[in-house]
Amino acid sequence: MNAVDTEDNVYDALAAADHDGRWAHGAGFDETVVEVTAPAPEGVDVGDLATYCLMLADDALVASHRLSEWATHAPELEEEVALANIALDLLGQARVLLSRAGHLGAAARFRTPTTATQLADEDVLAYFRDDRFFRNVTLAETDLGDFGRTTAWMLVYSSWRLALMTRLRGSADPVLAAVAAKAVPELSYQREYAAGWLLRLGDGTELSHARAQAGLEDVWPFVEELFLTHPVEARLVAAGVAVDPAALRADVDSDLAQVLPAATLTRPERPAVGLVGGRGGRDGVHTEALGRVLAVMQSLARAHPDATW
Amino acid sequence: MSMSDDTTAHVEGDPATDLGTGTPQATWPLYEVFVRGKRGLNHVHVGSLHAPDDRMALHNARNLYTRRNEGVSIWVVRADAITASSPEEKDPFFAPSGDKVYRHPTFYSIPDDVPHL
Amino acid sequence: MSVSDETTRLATASTPDGASDAPAGLERELEDAFEATVAGEGRVEPRDWMPEGYRKTLIRQIAQHAHSEIIGMQPEGNWILRAPSLRRKAILLAKVQDEAGHGLYLYSATETLGVDRAELTEKLIDSKQKYSSIFNYPTLTFADIGVIGWLVDGAAICNQVPLCRSSYGPYARAMVRICKEESFHQRQGFELLMTLMAGTEAQREMVQDAVDRWWWPSLMMFGPADGDSPNTRQSMAWRIKRHTNDELRQRFVDMTVPQAAALGVTLPDPELRWNDERQAHDFGDIDWTEFTAVVKGAGPCNAQRLAHRRAAHEGGQWVRDAASAYAAKQARREAGEQVA
Repeated sequence: MNAVDTEDNVYDALAAADHDGRWAHGAGFDETVVEVTAPAPEGVDVGDLATYCLMLADDALVASHRLSEWATHAPELEEEVALANIALDLLGQARVLLSRAGHLGAAARFRTPTTATQLADEDVLAYFRDDRFFRNVTLAETDLGDFGRTTAWMLVYSSWRLALMTRLRGSADPVLAAVAAKAVPELSYQREYAAGWLLRLGDGTELSHARAQAGLEDVWPFVEELFLTHPVEARLVAAGVAVDPAALRADVDSDLAQVLPAATLTRPERPAVGLVGGRGGRDGVHTEALGRVLAVMQSLARAHPDATW
Repeated sequence: MSMSDDTTAHVEGDPATDLGTGTPQATWPLYEVFVRGKRGLNHVHVGSLHAPDDRMALHNARNLYTRRNEGVSIWVVRADAITASSPEEKDPFFAPSGDKVYRHPTFYSIPDDVPHL
Repeated sequence: MSVSDETTRLATASTPDGASDAPAGLERELEDAFEATVAGEGRVEPRDWMPEGYRKTLIRQIAQHAHSEIIGMQPEGNWILRAPSLRRKAILLAKVQDEAGHGLYLYSATETLGVDRAELTEKLIDSKQKYSSIFNYPTLTFADIGVIGWLVDGAAICNQVPLCRSSYGPYARAMVRICKEESFHQRQGFELLMTLMAGTEAQREMVQDAVDRWWWPSLMMFGPADGDSPNTRQSMAWRIKRHTNDELRQRFVDMTVPQAAALGVTLPDPELRWNDERQAHDFGDIDWTEFTAVVKGAGPCNAQRLAHRRAAHEGGQWVRDAASAYAAKQARREAGEQVA
């Protein structure tokens, strides 16, 4: 019995602090999401702030969906747990940011006479917006392919988002600052996971090396878009609210310069995917992949617009 | 310590040339996990997991056994590096007391002088 | 390390340490000590002597339990991408992740008995070991997610709570952790169903349809009737099981009926009624033909579940190999060798 009691105590000590906290962020029965109702900082355009929240939310929501595609398909059970952690972290970030965007008025236009009135803003924005209104970078929506491509994708994505969130902690908007403060350790974990695996795949077997390099090549064309500054971002940078993506390039380059050689991988030299008439993901002009992602994600919610779940 | 030469025992053949070609399959070694739930307590054994190396073992242990609670201290040690006492003085198989913790196949480091094995 | 374990590992894998090798008198003594420990509600620990039958029964039971957790991820995983609200999506993702964790705790407990996880996985995908038949049914609507939480996890909890007192220490300890987490699962399932029952007509119909499909398979989760369960008596003597299949099934029915009433759903059994004399519910006969067919592989999803698990496992081999190769290279580098 002693052994059982001891085990109990260890586990209790781990679980006691946050009863429902062992559930995913915001998934517990006592919701503890970041407070999203703070007013926009003085002098900041509310529409711009809402759009910026959508950009950061959609980057996370769509990436989380892609990572969730790994569930029950991961290369080892330990990776099931790790990949789900990362998908959950991103989903948690998305939920707060969508709620913030909703609070700032972004959801109203997507409510129709048939949508249930008690539908949460986050769900209106996630499920009843067409792809043309999604503001994520196209990297977030690309097919993750095999574990080699997923790992390469994750290193780029997490390195970039970590650099962004690290700076965003100082945002003049208290909600964005709070979201960023919570996201930084999550993204550090994600970057460590990606770097650790890319190292092992790159410097593992001939086959894994080839797949990691091929994955990196596949992902590369979507990297350039990460550093483009959208006019909404530019205005909010001036107001001390947003981070200028152009400033993140050095951080991402530095991470890649550290990981790729150690992983015996070569930095690709492939051209960036072209924009459509100068417009990309941040403008709601996406790759074909996003429409398919949303067709799956939104299907059930849209079949029952009058329902809540 | 955990990176003694028997690491290669889990990778059959020369890993640089042999793997990924459908040849015999490598298994990640077993690690035992010890967790200190909070300050003031000892580390306590909570279970085991498989990982290719120490670093990944620690990473996986944090995911699996502590749900990434950052304040928690974790030890991981390769199971085959643990020496355990024998529960019974008259245990016939582990005559020289001191052996592996579990009946896991990889725990069986049987001394040369044990008969009929 | 006294000896490299490579050869002994292979040798012991095929000839596990067993009682038969011990001298007869000593074996008697060890067996008496074992029986005394078990009868006195003591815990058997991995390095203790144990009868070969006890070890084999435990391996079969714990491995089957571990496999069930892992295969059980599939029917629920089917709805992660389509979950109709972000909160439900987060809960479902976390739940499926928990199941992977539970599978890992249980494989870890099985490994203390002298089998390797890789070997167990091979046995699963080669259909040499079983998993709970319930997971061979499809999840056709999102209400199935709620019903799995309510009925399937509810049945699992009935089965599992007594196992927290199983005579085998590592199994009992794994079950303590798992039961704590399972209670969250059941709670979320019930909460989802309550939400749907308070929702639209279509949602209520969805719930009733799911209950109709999952009720009988849930009752089958407790296994064959006591008269047809040859292993039960020995397992109970060894304190591996604590109650018979029929006892647990009855407990589950009695627990579930008032919950169904609270939800406002009908359990699809015209013979289900309270028996005042027995102070328990009577219920109709289970279709054992269906049960046997599903156990033997002819359920709606058996082939699909195994093919899926096999594809993930085999498809991940190159990744696992890469990590092993990298670890070996690093070890050689640390030892000062030149590595290409």
